[in-house]
Amino acid sequence: MKTESKPEKRPEMAKQSPSERRSNFEEVALGYNRYEAVAEAKRCLDCKKPPCIKGCPVGVDIPRFIRQIAEEDFDSAALTLKSTNSLPAICGRVCPQETQCEAVCVLGKSGKGDPIAIGGLERFVADYEMEMGVTAPDLPAPTGKRVAVVGAGPAGLTAAAELAKMGHAVTVFESLHAAGGVLVYGIPEFRLPKSIVAAEVDFIRRLGADMRMNSVIGKIGMVDELLSGYDAVFLGTGAGLPSFLGIDGENLNGVYSANEFLTRVNLMKAYLFPEFDTPVKKRRRTIVVGGGNVAMDSARCALRLGAGEVTIVYRRGEDELPARAEEVLNAKEKGIIFRLLTNPIRILGDENNWVTGMECINMELCEPDESGRCRPVPVPDTEHTIPADVVVIAIGTSPNPLVSMTTPDLETARYGTIVADETGATSKPGVFAGGDIVTGSATVISAMGAGKVAAKAIDEYVRGSARL
Amino acid sequence: MPFTILKKRELVPTIHQVDVAAPRVAEKAMPGQFVILRIDEYGERIPLTIADFDAADGTVTLIFQEIGKTTRQLASLDAGDSIADLAGPLGRASSIERFGTVVCVGGGVGIAPIFPIARGLKAAGNRVISIIGARSADILFWEERLEEASSEFYVTTDDGTKGHHGFVTDIVQKVIESGEPVDRVIAIGPPVMMRAVAGVTKPFGVKTVVSLNPIMVDGTGMCGACRVLVGGATKFACVDGPEFDAHEVDFTLLMSRLAMYLPEEQEALECEAAAEPKI
Repeated sequence: MKTESKPEKRPEMAKQSPSERRSNFEEVALGYNRYEAVAEAKRCLDCKKPPCIKGCPVGVDIPRFIRQIAEEDFDSAALTLKSTNSLPAICGRVCPQETQCEAVCVLGKSGKGDPIAIGGLERFVADYEMEMGVTAPDLPAPTGKRVAVVGAGPAGLTAAAELAKMGHAVTVFESLHAAGGVLVYGIPEFRLPKSIVAAEVDFIRRLGADMRMNSVIGKIGMVDELLSGYDAVFLGTGAGLPSFLGIDGENLNGVYSANEFLTRVNLMKAYLFPEFDTPVKKRRRTIVVGGGNVAMDSARCALRLGAGEVTIVYRRGEDELPARAEEVLNAKEKGIIFRLLTNPIRILGDENNWVTGMECINMELCEPDESGRCRPVPVPDTEHTIPADVVVIAIGTSPNPLVSMTTPDLETARYGTIVADETGATSKPGVFAGGDIVTGSATVISAMGAGKVAAKAIDEYVRGSARL
Repeated sequence: MPFTILKKRELVPTIHQVDVAAPRVAEKAMPGQFVILRIDEYGERIPLTIADFDAADGTVTLIFQEIGKTTRQLASLDAGDSIADLAGPLGRASSIERFGTVVCVGGGVGIAPIFPIARGLKAAGNRVISIIGARSADILFWEERLEEASSEFYVTTDDGTKGHHGFVTDIVQKVIESGEPVDRVIAIGPPVMMRAVAGVTKPFGVKTVVSLNPIMVDGTGMCGACRVLVGGATKFACVDGPEFDAHEVDFTLLMSRLAMYLPEEQEALECEAAAEPKI
């Protein structure tokens, strides 16, 4: 075996230095260059039964595209990627590879070294392709079937791309003015440049998908109306409704949901105000409540907007933080303060309705509850106040009810998710669903996986209905 | 796909009317609903209540007052120009039922959105008493349209230059006190006016509805910028409203949240002024 001669470590990806990136919104991780990528690809064992493919929710042929990188055949590597994943430049940046493909990499599990940097290599190939000019693949003859996709987020875009590649006529309805869903309103520029999202959306457009922005289904048209013009409908409307804590002071000026804060900053480019018209409060001290990736994104945005002091308040401990380890590390590197085992009691304000701070109480973890997570309980007499000018509530989101409210025969579950089987089929014939609207808040890649699975089921459904 | 402005005119100083080609929105629009528009790539998303709509022509009529940078920029556009984005119809429609006698109150730029509601209510068989008011006669508009949509019609001006010298609330009070049974009052205008109308009708127990226009971003329930307190519960004006029970609305909170970005509004205007070439 030639493994002995291979280096054990993966190359570290170049990043902007913490001091530099603290004050800009440019991408933090700079990507591999071709030498690093080829060297890293050569470390791959090219396993006969590659577990990494199974670790990928969309089933990318990982060993194949990595082999093609090792052979410096980047064009073929791009084709391999795009044949299963329509959004590789996005996935290469935001997928939690460390819990998916890279977690099961034989190199890493055998203890012989780091797992292959699959995400970094995916990004390298996608960025290479974008630089060289993306070519749309040959499409099959049109099937004459029409499919409506509701929501241009990760699930909807993936479903649209897959369906277009199968020869169906696809129309995507998006409520906002830009396609991408959470990729454009939620994930910050420094983690996922919006030009990358635009380029991948453009690829799907070039596959033939008709993208209609500003189209709020449930308002401008109902699902039943769509069914009269389309052979099937895919709902990928996401989990867009922000949750609040339900404590006093949440309506004070300066208190934002993470959705609002991030939408202002990312989609509306408030970090470039007044060049762009949408403002966001840039103040000295910001508190972010929550411990997930959205909380980390909010905290990092606040810091870049110029807040001198950014504090994350989370009611459980370090081990329970739901955010990716890499994101927590990035946040810490930049000096974000973590107040763990701390729970907000109320938000304090002045006579003009402006936030002045937050009263919190210390928590301790007790025995695990039904969910298996340790339940935090307040420690008596530990109330304290953290001063703040801006508070961002990042404790989660729930499904947007606009579509289910206006589609009476669509079965929903507790918390408003749409009930769908493993193929994405809902209780309503011809209507499929996938992504956060079915699962509740999850990851970009799992939504993409659901979009892909549903596209296959929709393909069978519309072809089957042709035979009837 | 941009949205073309078909007609544009200044109704009275600083208040403008634009008719925008938006056939799909026009087809679905109902009285009381609003749209969110964004003029261009740099623009912010602002909500405007639909003042009129014509499904046959495929147009939506919007009326707005020049206040901040966005409304000033919108005022600078002409017929033939286009705006980048227009999403709607958003929010819940006004309830148009046969209530009996309904008093429709429009103040300032709020005269515009009260019009389709009055028209709808009259068509539904209600006796519609409309009261419109403004600071002064020179900023009143759509008097004839409102009069035509009403069974009884009043004008008030703060300075007495037209109609009743005083506030719309004076007439609301007079109508209720006249003994005519009023089944419903709907008021749209500046928050202080809506609060005053609510104050007048509350002692009489007359059901009163107001249309709130807080700051919004997406307009579909996603961001929560438009949080309002109604009967002690937080509601999103964009999806739960924009109409709410006037006697339950916390107007103080509404007004303080509306003032949240005044310094930034000022900064945007100054920045724009600085960018204009000096003559």
